[in-house]
Amino acid sequence: MEGNGRSLASLKRGQKGIIASVDTSDPQVQRLMTLGLVEGTEVELAGSALGGDPMEFRLFGCGISLRQEQARSFTVSSYESGD
Amino acid sequence: MTKPAETRIPISDISVSRRPAASIAVVGSPNSGKSTLFNRLTGLRQRIGNYPGVTVERHIGSLKTDDQTIELVDLPGTHGLTAHSFEEQIAIDVIFGRMEGTQPPDAILAVVDATNLYQGLYLVQQLIDLERPIVVALTMIDAADAAGLNIDIEALSRRLSGIKICSVVATTGEGINELRNALVDLAEQPAPVPTAAWPELSAAARELAKSATVPLRIAEIERLLIDGATGANKHVLDCLGTGAAEKVDGFRTELFEFDPPLAREARIRYGWVREVLAEVQQKVPPFYSWRARLRTWINQPIPGTIGLFLVMAIVFQAVFAWATPIMDLIDDSTATLGSAVAVGLGDGAFSSLISDGVIAGVGSVLIFLPQIIILFLFIILLEDSGYLARAAYLMDRAMRSVGLSGQSIIPMISSFACAVPGIMATRVIPNRRDRIATILAAPFMTCSARLPIYALLIAAFVPATDVGFLNLQGLVLFGLYLFGIAGGILTALLIRKTALRGPKPPFALMLPEFRRPNIQTVLIQLWGRARVFLYRAGTVIFAVAIVVWALAYYPRATDIDPALMGNQAAAAQLEQSWLGRAGKFVEPAFEPLGWDWRVSSAVIAGFPAREVVVAVLGTVYAVGDEADEATLSQRLQSATWPDGRAIFTLPMVMGLLIFYACCLQCAATLAVIRRETNTWRWPVFAWVYMTSIGYIGALLVYQLL
Repeated sequence: MEGNGRSLASLKRGQKGIIASVDTSDPQVQRLMTLGLVEGTEVELAGSALGGDPMEFRLFGCGISLRQEQARSFTVSSYESGD
Repeated sequence: MTKPAETRIPISDISVSRRPAASIAVVGSPNSGKSTLFNRLTGLRQRIGNYPGVTVERHIGSLKTDDQTIELVDLPGTHGLTAHSFEEQIAIDVIFGRMEGTQPPDAILAVVDATNLYQGLYLVQQLIDLERPIVVALTMIDAADAAGLNIDIEALSRRLSGIKICSVVATTGEGINELRNALVDLAEQPAPVPTAAWPELSAAARELAKSATVPLRIAEIERLLIDGATGANKHVLDCLGTGAAEKVDGFRTELFEFDPPLAREARIRYGWVREVLAEVQQKVPPFYSWRARLRTWINQPIPGTIGLFLVMAIVFQAVFAWATPIMDLIDDSTATLGSAVAVGLGDGAFSSLISDGVIAGVGSVLIFLPQIIILFLFIILLEDSGYLARAAYLMDRAMRSVGLSGQSIIPMISSFACAVPGIMATRVIPNRRDRIATILAAPFMTCSARLPIYALLIAAFVPATDVGFLNLQGLVLFGLYLFGIAGGILTALLIRKTALRGPKPPFALMLPEFRRPNIQTVLIQLWGRARVFLYRAGTVIFAVAIVVWALAYYPRATDIDPALMGNQAAAAQLEQSWLGRAGKFVEPAFEPLGWDWRVSSAVIAGFPAREVVVAVLGTVYAVGDEADEATLSQRLQSATWPDGRAIFTLPMVMGLLIFYACCLQCAATLAVIRRETNTWRWPVFAWVYMTSIGYIGALLVYQLL
């Protein structure tokens, strides 16, 4: 466990975190929430395309890809380093 | 989307021998294994129709029992009851019975991927509120077991208002019989009560339902509360009686406070799902299968990107190398059959009709069936294995630089087979500007109907020399594919910078787990595609071949110099036939491109469907047949201008190829653009734009080379 309130976009490959807050002002982010990216859900950064963007996250056995820009609307807490 | 402009038969017109006892909608998120399950349940007892006014295919299958028939309707995938794309809108409209010309379903079959209960249960919660009998099919239960999820079906059913849950493995058929039995009398079962997920919402909906003037479903009122009085929800509001708008606003303030309603819904429903999952399934261990290992490896940026290019290279290699032996076989048999018929029937109109018209015309198109089947096979395999979504993800950054998103890559890859399904595949793109730009780019992709003319001209006029370890013919073909891609991308870029200016489209994509495609599903889809092609070859192309033959055969010349022999006499005949006259009439327009009147008339005949061109060339050049020039490519090679210069010089052939790479010679594509954009503006623009580019491109190549 490390600090608090880091952006989802700052996770490293294999790192997990629990979504702590969501900036819901962007309708596109609301759409992502209906896919399961909500507070309290554990996500893992599974990988990324060339240049680190878009990123692939896994939550409860499903994979969602987001752009870094969108991932910045989410903060994660209690993340741990994966290996 | 309101005005029906059908080429297909609306489903209501298809005669059904017996009215089905019940209609069950098959609902599930994309990649939930819905279609595989649907195919497993209904087998070949399927019909494909259209919803009135839209091009979305309506797949209906039947489930026969001893004394009745139950109808299953396979809906487009949706994650929930709020639409984020055109395709989701269709599914939701059918579920609520708002789709014009269709009845609401009597019951629901909810398809949930057992390895992804998290998202699946979000949808099931909403479906339960429809107050219709519902059964859940838990697919891929074998993968969930292998992953050690140990789903407690009984506990899950308890949390889902006691609805029946059937675990199945659609690929092997495990559990299918039990599911089938559950479906037989499903429509007579009682509807479930809403789950405990969000009691305040269902209570508010119930309260509002009390004053409704027509019976409404709880789920409909819930959508009104959450999504607001937009679209179809306006009608729901009208049905709630006078003063409902204020009441709805009151409930909205109470339920959502200052949150966006959709965000509040997601928080509450997924919060509940997490609670349920903690009770009914084990935590997933990180590496449990070949799928997870493959995914981990491919998740790395560099292997993933290399893998993508490798996959594409294999696909194109397969299309061109594997199909050759079968194509040669078809080519030889058509030629043999044609001459045998010509010899057997002797001289005369009928003999010429059969050998030069029908056999040469249809045969020259049929020959491409092997390539088309191989191409479609790969696209279906890539899609069903879950790889196509990954291609979209890997290509997103590149696509973004031209103003599109990764989601545009799937329609574009599909367009290599045919632009019509490619354009239909744009429905998953949420952003309208993005979608139209993709629609306009799609026809540039080298579709399977362009292959005939490419293959013919390349084989006849590009020497088969080796360049390094590659073959020059293959390189030219690859170059034409790249040219098409470049054309599409530049068009998208141009249109996004001008007519469709706007912010960069957002991007969110589900990345399904890799899975072994199901052979039955693949074959059913493949047969559907092949059937469309054969149908075209058997109808449109057959008809055009006969018309063109007649135009070339009549009127019979009476004043041919008897001193002219064989080929020359035939050429003289052709020249004064209707086709010859038409070709000559337009020849001045195409002469700067190096085309004689025969090529011009073939090009004109190809505007309804471009694959006809080869058939027409086959016919017009077969009329001047000489015994030792059996194949079309040999005939083209020996074609000359009246002064003896060869017509098919390299610059002319290159120009013709460029023309083909651009020109939008496909009535079906124009029709589908019209239907998908709901205006004539875009198909007209696409046609004028692409045809002009083709003409100018061919002109430049011929004049400058």
